[in-house]
Amino acid sequence: MSSVQEVATRPIRNPKSEIRNEKSVSLKNVTKAFGVGDAKTFALRDVTLDLPYGELVLLVGQSGCGKTTLISIVAGLLDPTAGEVEVLGQNLTKMGGSRKVRFRGDNIGFIFQQYNLIPSLNAVENACVPLLIAGWNRKKALEKAGHLLEKVGLGNRMKSYANQLSGGQQQRVAIARALVHEPKLLVCDEPTAALDAASGRTVMGLIREVAVQPDRAVIVVTHDSRVYDFGDRIVSMNDGGIEKIETDRAQFQH
Amino acid sequence: MNWVALRMLTGDKAKYIGIVFGVSFAALLMAQQSAIFCGLMRNTTSQIQDLEGADIWVMDKSVQFVDDIKPMSENRLLRVRGVEGVAWAVKLYKSVGRAKLADGTFQQVILLGLDYDNKDSQGRVVGQPRPERIIAGNWDDLEQPDAVFLDEFGWRYLFGDTPYEPGRSLEINNKRANIVGMVKCKPTFQTFPILYTKYSQAIQYNPPEPKTLSFILVKAQDGVPHEQVCDNIAKQTGMKAQTNDQFFWTTIQYYMERTGIPINFGITVFLGFVVGCAIAGQTFYLFTLENLKQFGSLKAMGVSNSRIIGMVMLQALVVGLIGYGLGVGGAAGFGLFFETFVKSTPPAFYFGWQILVISAVAVAVIITLSAAMSLKKVLFLEAGVVFR
Repeated sequence: MSSVQEVATRPIRNPKSEIRNEKSVSLKNVTKAFGVGDAKTFALRDVTLDLPYGELVLLVGQSGCGKTTLISIVAGLLDPTAGEVEVLGQNLTKMGGSRKVRFRGDNIGFIFQQYNLIPSLNAVENACVPLLIAGWNRKKALEKAGHLLEKVGLGNRMKSYANQLSGGQQQRVAIARALVHEPKLLVCDEPTAALDAASGRTVMGLIREVAVQPDRAVIVVTHDSRVYDFGDRIVSMNDGGIEKIETDRAQFQH
Repeated sequence: MNWVALRMLTGDKAKYIGIVFGVSFAALLMAQQSAIFCGLMRNTTSQIQDLEGADIWVMDKSVQFVDDIKPMSENRLLRVRGVEGVAWAVKLYKSVGRAKLADGTFQQVILLGLDYDNKDSQGRVVGQPRPERIIAGNWDDLEQPDAVFLDEFGWRYLFGDTPYEPGRSLEINNKRANIVGMVKCKPTFQTFPILYTKYSQAIQYNPPEPKTLSFILVKAQDGVPHEQVCDNIAKQTGMKAQTNDQFFWTTIQYYMERTGIPINFGITVFLGFVVGCAIAGQTFYLFTLENLKQFGSLKAMGVSNSRIIGMVMLQALVVGLIGYGLGVGGAAGFGLFFETFVKSTPPAFYFGWQILVISAVAVAVIITLSAAMSLKKVLFLEAGVVFR
C-alpha cells in the first residue's frame, strides 16, 4: 500500500496507454442560459467537447466562466438550454428526471469543495453513503467503505467524525465516498480550494492514484495552477466557451 | 437511507432535544388542559353518573341541566308509570341545603333523597350506591331517624383531615342530620358535599313546599328502546324525558354554553398547539436548513425527491412519536400525581382515549407542518447547489 505522501510525490504514470477509444463525455453545441428577457445571461455558449475514458481532465478558467455550469450539466444536475449531452453513452438531454437521479447514483461520483460530509456520521459511515443509496446492506457497505478508507490512508481514522479530521483528511473521506460505488465518471469541484498547497497535492495525488482507471473519466474543476501537473488534459474556459484544450503536459504550467 | 436520516436527526443533540421538547410541550399542554376540561365537564354530571339503576331521567320540561331543579307534584310519578314502555318509575329528591357545622360555620350541601317507598323490580332502592362505593357505615342505617350518608370529599370539606368517625352530625336548616356512613361519589363541579338520605327524610330538611319531586327515575321495559320510552313520556305527560346519556350531554352542553370554561381551556389548548408548532416547526426548519448542503449532496449522489421526503418524514415521525409519548405520558403523570397526592381537592382530570387521539392528531399536524416547511426547502433545492 502506498503512503499518502508517496502518492503525492510519485511521478505521473502515462495513462494514455490505458485510454479507451470511446468518449466518456460528449457535449454538442451545449448552451445554458439563466433568466429571461433582458436578465438573460449565458453561462455556456455553444460548447462542444469530447472527453475520453481513463483521463484526468482539468477544467480551468476564471470565476464565472462556466466551469461549474458545465460540470453540473455533465453530472446531470442541470439541463442545458440547447444542445446534446451524452455521458457514458447515455443521452442525458432525453433522460427523464427520475432516470437521471438513478443514473447519477449508479455512475457518477462527486467530490465537493467543502467536502459536504454528514457531520453526524463518522468517516466510514460517510464513505458508505453511496452504497446505501444504491440499496446495499449497511454491514457490507461499511466493510467496503472501510477498505477504501484504508486505500486513501485513513485506516486509522474510520471512526472519526468530520469535526475531528483536518481539511485534507475530510477531502480524503470525500474521495473514498465518491469512489466507493465504483462510478464511471468522477466529478470534482475545486477539491483543493479549501486546502493548503501540500494537502492539495496529496488530495490530487490520491485522485490520480485511486480514481483514474481505464474505464473511468475524471473531471476536476480547479483554479489551482499548482496541481495542473496532475492532469492529462486541461480544458480552459472563458466566457462560457472552450478557449483551448491542452494535452501536452509540458505546456501545462504556462 | 433511513438509518442515515436517523443519524442526521440525532447527530445534533441540542436541536434534536429542542424539537422533541417542542412536541412534548405541545402534547403535554394540549393533553393536560383537555383532560382537566373534560374532567371539569364530567364533574358537572356527577349525580347522573352516581345515581345508577335507572335508564331515563324525567323532569319538568323547563329543566336545562341536572342542577336546575323545577319541583313537580308527586302525582306526576303516577302519570309516568302509566306510560307505555315504562317498567318502573321512582321519585328522586335533589336540592341544595345549608348545613351548619358544630363550630357555627355554614356550608351548602347537595341533598339527595332516594325513594324508599318505590323500589326497582328486584326490590332495591334506586340510586343506592353499590357496596364498593360505601367507604364507612352500613347502608341499612339510613333507616334510622335523621340518618344521612356523606360523600368522602364532603367529609373533608366539612371536617378537614379528621378521619371518619360515626356519630358526627350537622344541622340542615335547623334540622339534625346524623352522619351514619361515608360513600364514594364522583367529584362535583361546585364541590358541595353530597348527602344521601331517604326521600321522606330529605324533604324535611327544606321548608315545606307544595311540590317536592325533583326528578323521576325510570326503567324502560326490556326490549323497548330508551329513546322510544322518552318520546312516549314526553308526549303523554308533557314532561321532559332523557336517557342517562342524553341528560349527561344536555348538562355538559349547558355548562359549555353558559360558562367561559370551554373558551378559556380552548385558548390554552390552542396556545399549546401554536407553541408546539412554533418550537418544533422552527427548530425542525433550522435543523433542515443546516443540513441543506448535505441534503443537496445526497440529491446529487442519486437520492430521489421521494426518498428525501421519506427521510424527512421519518425524522418528523420519530420526534413526533417521542414527543407525543413524553407529552401524554407527562399529562397522565400529572393526573396520577394529582389524584394520588392532592387529597384536599377532588380531581377534575379525565384522560379518555379521545384525548389521546386528539393529541395524537394535533401532534401529527404539528410535525407534518414542520416537515412540510422543511421539505419545501429541500425539494426545491437544486442538486447543483452543491457546487456553489
